[in-house]
Amino acid sequence: MKKLLILGAGTAGTMMANKLRRRLDPVEWEITIVDPDPIHYYQPGFLFVPFGVYESHELKRPKTEFLPAGVTLRAETVEVVEPDKKRVKLQGRTEYLHYDVLIVATGTQIQPGETEGLLGEGWRKDIFDFYSFDGSAALRKKLQHFEGGRVVLNVAEMPIKCPVAPLEFLFLADYYFHTQGIRDKVELVYATPLDAAFTKPRAAELLGGLLEQKGVKVVPDFNLSEVKAGEKKIASYDGKELDYDLFVSIPVNMGDALWERSGLGDELNYVATDKHTLAAKQMKDVFVLGDATDLPSSKAGSVAHFEAEVLTENVLRQIEGQALLPDFDGHANCFIESGFGKGLLIDFNYTTEPLPGKFPLPGVGPFSLLAESKMNHWGKMMFRYVYWNQLIRGVELPLEAQMVMAGKQAA
Amino acid sequence: MPSIDVNGTPIEVNADGFLVNPDDWNESAAGILAAQAGISLTPRHWDVINFCRKDFTATGKSPGVRRITKVGGVPTKEMYALFPGGPGKLAAKLSGLEKPKGCL
Ligand SMILES: Cc1cc2nc3c(=O)[nH]c(=O)nc-3n(C[C@H](O)[C@H](O)[C@H](O)COP(=O)(O)OP(=O)(O)OC[C@H]3O[C@@H](n4cnc5c(N)ncnc54)[C@H](O)[C@@H]3O)c2cc1C
Repeated sequence: MKKLLILGAGTAGTMMANKLRRRLDPVEWEITIVDPDPIHYYQPGFLFVPFGVYESHELKRPKTEFLPAGVTLRAETVEVVEPDKKRVKLQGRTEYLHYDVLIVATGTQIQPGETEGLLGEGWRKDIFDFYSFDGSAALRKKLQHFEGGRVVLNVAEMPIKCPVAPLEFLFLADYYFHTQGIRDKVELVYATPLDAAFTKPRAAELLGGLLEQKGVKVVPDFNLSEVKAGEKKIASYDGKELDYDLFVSIPVNMGDALWERSGLGDELNYVATDKHTLAAKQMKDVFVLGDATDLPSSKAGSVAHFEAEVLTENVLRQIEGQALLPDFDGHANCFIESGFGKGLLIDFNYTTEPLPGKFPLPGVGPFSLLAESKMNHWGKMMFRYVYWNQLIRGVELPLEAQMVMAGKQAA
Repeated sequence: MPSIDVNGTPIEVNADGFLVNPDDWNESAAGILAAQAGISLTPRHWDVINFCRKDFTATGKSPGVRRITKVGGVPTKEMYALFPGGPGKLAAKLSGLEKPKGCL
């Protein structure tokens, strides 16, 4: 039997297992997926937990629930990949897993240890994150008893997964403190390494405007060097300092250390990937998708979904000896929760920045692009249902993998 | 397109002052771009610029601060001292490369 091996059973790996099990002959191909964590987390939900919109337990389910018959899950950690020998070593075992085709979907994780002082005396007392299951739950408890003060949100370094999540956090914090009746006692500050609210100019203008409307103070070009927990200050490399009462950090995001151990990662442990075919650049018969790539696309579940469509075809083409299709265009589609029951939607790719318009049906919607609406908020809330029931199960969604210009106002 | 004058030869730059074509770069261009940014080049600056040029040739991408630090061996604090205001952007600019794409 031939062997298809998938590393990581998160959003991207689970989608690929489902799609390829359907397409590959079970007599010819065995599919194995490796992941040490038995739980699948709905990560987009971590944003809502601190504000009591979701309960933590609603965001986790056993991984086996989403893997089809004919896919073997190995609950192990991958130690190294040896592409020359087409095999993978498992941690603490002498055993190797061999592959004919390998799919890498090991994602990215926060690494608070990368920043001096972040994990020190203030961690989970007045310093929190919301990019992890435990972090978002701990912050929920903190916010329940928060009586006011200066809340500083900081992105330590780009890139991060879901680059709109910090903005959504601020919008929701503004909303939450309003409903708690203490908005006038809370100062919201956003310290970002970017020179504006977001990376794409037109969206940055709109989102920057919203932050201003909601009374969030933006401190641009802030490159975090150190957290001085004793003094309740964060410092930047060029000597700026900000005081906080509550520090919410989005720590450095890094790919898994397995890529450093294998000598195959970049400076943030991301894997060199062809931006259109998704083939690994330094390994033969290996493909990469999701947050683990070094691509200049957003690290988001929607991106992983569009990549999975392209990659399914390319894996089959590789097996049949056909040329790979250069079909991935960097397509991303992100709902942005903006508070008070509203949201925005942005749709973009490598070359086209987010534009206003209607989505997915040109002129009709129901979603509005680059504008606030109640419908967009419901789209975001529906996403959890779509995620558990369709997205990761590899069910076809009525969305094109490539971005379409129809319905967008280009001028 | 705007341009900068390098010893009588115009070199094309974009609206943010980055060279449009990395192959147009030479050491005199680096000097002029540095002067525009208020930096006088020391041997340490040249270490960074040479690393950026070499790394770009190898990877096809502008290295960000983390890469210059980790692979090029220049500590982050020193990078901020050498290129005040925005070491990633400035190092790329003086090396004739595009703005690093670390931020998407
Ligand atoms: C707060 C927050 C909000 C978000 N909001 C949105 C949103 O609204 N919309 C959206 O589209 N996306 C959103 N995202 C992003 C989305 O969750 C990720 O982009 C998506 O989950 C990426 O999928 P992935 O499979 O690449 O990585 P993951 O789903 O993280 O999976 C990686 C898997 O690899 C496994 N793994 C890692 N190392 C190894 C190893 N050495 N051996 C074996 N297994 C390993 C891990 O255990 C993990 O299960 C959000 C993320 C966060 C944190």
